[in-house]
Amino acid sequence: MSISFTVNGETRSVELEGSTSLLEVLRNHLGLTGTRFGCGLEQCGSCMVLVDGEPMQACSRDMATVAGRSVTTIEGLSTKDSLHPLQQAFLDEQAGQCGYCLSGILISAKALLDRNPNPSRTEIVAALDRHLCRCGAHQRILKAVERAASAMRGRSR
Amino acid sequence: MTAPLPTSLVDNPRLDRWIRFLPDRTVRIATGKVEIGQGIVTALGQIAADELDLPYARVVVLSGNTDEGPDELYTSSSHSIEIGGSAVRLVCAEVRAKALERVALRLNCSPTDITVAEGRFIQNGVETGQDYWTVAGEIDLSQNVKGTTAPKATIAYAIVGQDIPRLDLPAKVSGAAFIHDVLEPGTLHARVLRQPNRGARLVSLDEAAIRRVAKGEFRILREANFVAFVGKEEGVVNAAAIAAEHHAEWDKVRRLTPEQQEAAWLKGQPSEDRPYGVPAPAMAPRNLVQATYSRPYVAHASLAPSCALAEYLDGHLTIQSHGQGMHPLRRNVAAALGIPIESITAKHLHGAGCYGHNGADDAAMDTALIAMRLPGERVRVRWRREEEFAFEPVGPAMLITLHVGLDELGYPADWTTEIWSPTHVQRPGSGGALLAAEALANPPAPAKPTDPPVERGGGATRNAIPLYDVPAHRILHHLTQNPPIRTSALRGLGALPNVFAIESMLDDLAARIGQDPLAYRLAILSDPRARRLLEQVAERCGWASRGTAGTGKGLGLGLAKYKNKSAYAAVVAAVTIDEEVRVERIWCVADAGVVVNPDGARNQLEGGIVQAISWTLKEQVRFDGQGISSRDWESYPILRFSEVPEMQVELVDGAGNPPLGIGECTCGPTAAAVGNAVAHALGARIHDMPFTRERVMKALL
Ligand code: FES
Ligand code: FES
Repeated sequence: MSISFTVNGETRSVELEGSTSLLEVLRNHLGLTGTRFGCGLEQCGSCMVLVDGEPMQACSRDMATVAGRSVTTIEGLSTKDSLHPLQQAFLDEQAGQCGYCLSGILISAKALLDRNPNPSRTEIVAALDRHLCRCGAHQRILKAVERAASAMRGRSR
Repeated sequence: MTAPLPTSLVDNPRLDRWIRFLPDRTVRIATGKVEIGQGIVTALGQIAADELDLPYARVVVLSGNTDEGPDELYTSSSHSIEIGGSAVRLVCAEVRAKALERVALRLNCSPTDITVAEGRFIQNGVETGQDYWTVAGEIDLSQNVKGTTAPKATIAYAIVGQDIPRLDLPAKVSGAAFIHDVLEPGTLHARVLRQPNRGARLVSLDEAAIRRVAKGEFRILREANFVAFVGKEEGVVNAAAIAAEHHAEWDKVRRLTPEQQEAAWLKGQPSEDRPYGVPAPAMAPRNLVQATYSRPYVAHASLAPSCALAEYLDGHLTIQSHGQGMHPLRRNVAAALGIPIESITAKHLHGAGCYGHNGADDAAMDTALIAMRLPGERVRVRWRREEEFAFEPVGPAMLITLHVGLDELGYPADWTTEIWSPTHVQRPGSGGALLAAEALANPPAPAKPTDPPVERGGGATRNAIPLYDVPAHRILHHLTQNPPIRTSALRGLGALPNVFAIESMLDDLAARIGQDPLAYRLAILSDPRARRLLEQVAERCGWASRGTAGTGKGLGLGLAKYKNKSAYAAVVAAVTIDEEVRVERIWCVADAGVVVNPDGARNQLEGGIVQAISWTLKEQVRFDGQGISSRDWESYPILRFSEVPEMQVELVDGAGNPPLGIGECTCGPTAAAVGNAVAHALGARIHDMPFTRERVMKALL
């Protein structure tokens, strides 16, 4: 069966037999390996992508359910010559250790800032609470999201 | 120069194992230490740039490569800066001196007339047109390091001490970074059916049934008790491995019981008894106080399951792995496969944080074994989540009883730390084996359990000796002989449980004589570096206004010098308890000597704090008849964003003291601080980790 959808603004179609997860399609068929496998059970957030702007775990989402929809992955965050303000803020805060959790967290943070440009600390925590970070980089990550939010507000003013 | 060479240099004396001048006017520093999220590659580059007087951008670091880099065993125990870093510094000092000699010869002057600025040689303030690369060809790097050139004095450090941003982080915020992401076209994916335990025998495997479930093409490789599913579609081989668990029949399967998952089970099991320290007094000490503490089995629980790549081509096996040591991996795989070590190359690629010995080496062996059977194919194994939880080696449970004899004033006069614990180090080749090797026809004989001796930092005995002035102390270590599951190195080894026990005891001893816990500690602590930290952290947290016990809010203190010889950390935790424990704030002050990269170091201190809170409050590996039953993040929860406290983390000025590793020094003090804060909040102590709601309720009864 052939399934078409939009990934990071481009229309793509994939030929699949049987049911395949969105995560496997992104990683193994389209070479978008920035979306990561952590658990496959919607328990860790490593595989978070935006589907029509909403953060969703790609690991257990059947590809058929995203037919015709628009998916954004970590690769779609930056443009060719500039990082997304969130990515820049994560670098500025050195928010990460091993970094394995960061793709998913950046995606959820983007979804948050897209709908709420001025979130409180509590709102950021709530938006990221589905994500696990085993290295303990949480506080830096929270600061980085705050920093990005203020940079983005400054820019759009 | 009388100091002995760092072990890394003794093992790899040739200069060119460490340093090369490249034609693009960079210097390549090679290290056996690998990046595991701790920023080591960035920090070693800083040390090299500093000693050679080069701009940081001119140094590139090659890490974890068995063909070209030095063998520095494992990246562990906070050794990377202390040993790996001092090796790099000595090598660079010597090469810098050799370069100066060559230039002096060319310019017909004395080496002392020459200074180095950004890699260029300056003679009495005047540019000479010479630099490292103009003389590089004349420096004989095939010589062995002598270690006789004194490195710079610490006050001359220019790049060491700066917050250089991590080199690997840009890739990690842009989605390109990990071994898991190397998915070249044509790669064969593989999954393994795990032998339930050493010695278990595969009686039958219903291949037809597996093929009915996992629709698609794949091969089944079977050799003794090792089974792998290999194919082009990752989802298909994954489904095959899941199905196989239901269609395999095993014999000689070990049965576990939930009692065995508790530390208390260890007491009374066969053990090797290892005393250390002064002999026990003939008579029981007067005023004896005893208490028992425990930590259960805990997991590394890396965010990514283990992964590896391998290819066997023209008689040479190339392995890529995120393990902690590429040279040991190469040796262990060669031994397990029975092939010459020279026919293997092992290269490090980044993985998720491991915090010790997780499934990485085993996944590499799986991949190597499969690749050997499929010459010319690129093979990738990625463990399943449940496989990582169920089959990675776990951090051992520990049961600790302290026996403290008090003097007439109520301070410790005689101290025994009695420990029951399985081994803390069971790496392949030293006490342990690679899982796949155990599944083959001639498995390696089980090794007798060992544990690092106290002199080498200890395993179960790490930090078992109090840092305080105690006239007589000893350790009695009961090394469990037949633990129910495989245990191995986890961040800090025994330091966390031991520091938790010792510092808990100190608070209770202070209470016996009605003294404040801080004052009690200061009364028996002569180490000035430790005193300074206690005083500073107390000031930061407002210790003086600490309230009375039993209000549901608590403030607690913890202190340790990691391994009794490395970095110091003092931690204060503020908790509130409402059925469950919530850590609200953490203050930490650490002394790690001269710090190479202060921001990177703080990142490590913070990470250690969060992980220790998670272990203390939430984590326990659970068993059922089948083995480890906590196989997902619901049955093995870790600290989440909504549970992580505010943190204030500081490093004191290193005062020229040698740099000390910092990755592990906050774990013990944090567990202790949380334990003491909980005791303060409840007015009653919890002795056993994790601090579940049930334990809180019980303490209140
Ligand atoms: S991999 Fe999807 S939530 Fe863990
Ligand atoms: S930085 Fe390692 S899991 Fe978050």
